[in-house]
Amino acid sequence: MTPLLKVENINKFYGGRIGCADVSFTLYPGEVMGIVGESGSGKSTLLNCLAGQLEPDGGRVMFDTRAEGMKDTVSMSEPERRMLGRTDWAFVHQNPRDGLRMGVSAGGNVGERLMAVGARHYGDIRGKAVDWLDRVEIAEDRVDDRPSAFSGGMQQRLQIARNLVTGPRLVFMDEPTGGLDVSVQARLLDLLRGLVRQMGLSAIIVTHDLAVVRLLADRLMVMKSGHVVETGLTDQVLDDPQHAYTQLLVSSVLQV
Amino acid sequence: MTQSGQYNFAYLDEQTKRMIRRALLKGLAIPGYQVPFASREMPMPYGWGTGGVQVSAACLTPDDRLKVIDQGADDTTNAVSIRKFFQRTADVAVTEDTTDATLIQTRHRIPETELAEGQILVYQVPIPEPLRFLEPRETETRKMHSLEEYGLMHVKLYEDIARHGQIATSYAYPVKVQGRYVMDPSPIPKFDNPKMEMAAIQLFGAGREQRIYALPPYTDVVSLDFEDHPFEATKANHSCALCGASDSYLDEVITDDQGTRMYVCSDTDYCATRRAQGHVGLQGVPLEDNAA
Ligand SMILES: Nc1ncnc2c1ncn2[C@@H]1O[C@H](COP(=O)(O)OP(=O)(O)O)[C@@H](O)[C@H]1O
Ligand SMILES: [Mg+2]
Repeated sequence: MTPLLKVENINKFYGGRIGCADVSFTLYPGEVMGIVGESGSGKSTLLNCLAGQLEPDGGRVMFDTRAEGMKDTVSMSEPERRMLGRTDWAFVHQNPRDGLRMGVSAGGNVGERLMAVGARHYGDIRGKAVDWLDRVEIAEDRVDDRPSAFSGGMQQRLQIARNLVTGPRLVFMDEPTGGLDVSVQARLLDLLRGLVRQMGLSAIIVTHDLAVVRLLADRLMVMKSGHVVETGLTDQVLDDPQHAYTQLLVSSVLQV
Repeated sequence: MTQSGQYNFAYLDEQTKRMIRRALLKGLAIPGYQVPFASREMPMPYGWGTGGVQVSAACLTPDDRLKVIDQGADDTTNAVSIRKFFQRTADVAVTEDTTDATLIQTRHRIPETELAEGQILVYQVPIPEPLRFLEPRETETRKMHSLEEYGLMHVKLYEDIARHGQIATSYAYPVKVQGRYVMDPSPIPKFDNPKMEMAAIQLFGAGREQRIYALPPYTDVVSLDFEDHPFEATKANHSCALCGASDSYLDEVITDDQGTRMYVCSDTDYCATRRAQGHVGLQGVPLEDNAA
């Protein structure tokens, strides 16, 4: 099978400090990769390099493009990369404010990606928006409300709907349950798991919360100080961690 | 141009006018593209059309006949002061007759009378960036223009329909120019949008924002819309009370303390010309009686 994403030796430095170093892995269609590690271990840096939001200092991020097959997204032109950003890729931010337009209605937020790729029928766009709000458990009568009137959990669900509406082939998520109350997190996780199953999503999920990857990820990468210290199937890594750091992480000794 | 008397023709020095003309030529070469220019201090406040005034200054020649309108009228304070400014600084002939003018500077309207080849229409523009509403970052809007990422414009129209049941934007209605750049036509009523496909040259000047853009004659100008909410060049559903015109953009005027309203042409030259031709609206009086 052709990989969807092939990451080769990605490096990113902030001045003399390591953001992430020598990261390589392959993601196949339909797979969910979890990236775990304590705060400051380089998870977000890596994710941003993969999603074209940060330029790595070295390495390649090969993506299976529709038109030309495997292509390095680091060296492709900016227009091409931005095009991927609004079609084949989606990015769910930890803070919904970073991923939503707070001055635009929920329906407009969901519809934006549709309009960005040429949808020009108001009724259709609105219909799809309502459908997607329903799929993330937001009532239809909230379609014209702005996200600022929503709770944190609703905002995050709206952000997810806005990202998934165009059927992206790869979803990047950075701490999607991050800022939420525990009970709200559980509901969101449940929802995400349902969507991942139904849509057969391919995704890379960054989190410091092992419960998130336990539920969602097929495979895990464990990061420490910018380096990947262990990889493997999720259950394997969590139930039988090999690296000392992973053992600490799993035993919840580490404050993450 | 050797006479020292013409050195400051139309107020601006020759160097500045050349700079503005270069920006105008670039704008005409790339219809709808916002060309940055070094806007000069003018002896009038921003918001009084300093961008338009600079463009006019760069285009005027001693042989021009200048018309200035504000909201369609030649006799408003803004129009009168700009017209006087150029009479004083350029000694050009002025006219209120749309057909007779060679250069027309306007704020908020396009004349009703169809413009012809050889004429120039200069717009005063407050906010040149049509994407500003949803994306305040200038670096980002520039990128969106250069990559033709215009989905946001439709988000704005979507919001309009979601909130008002229809596209409620009635001024500064965004257009796509020659299939490429999305452009803010300045705060003209959307009724005027279809007129932008015209024989005259159209030049847009934004003084405070330091941008110039342009439409060469016969450029395609398409108002953005949805398939199920098509663009409509609407106006008040009345005819002019003075001249009876049913095809012109109307202003609502309150005529007494009881709040009695009447609708009259916003284009004063169009209205006067029709009345001179003998057209009389429901509340109008024939022109001769009026004068008597
Ligand atoms: N913009 C930045 N400038 C300088 N250092 C940064 C920047 N962003 C992250 N870092 C540093 O890079 C390392 C990795 O950070 P980050 O990728 O945010 O980790 P994580 O997402 O795992 O918490 C940390 O040491 C952090 O302080
Ligand atoms: Mg992070």
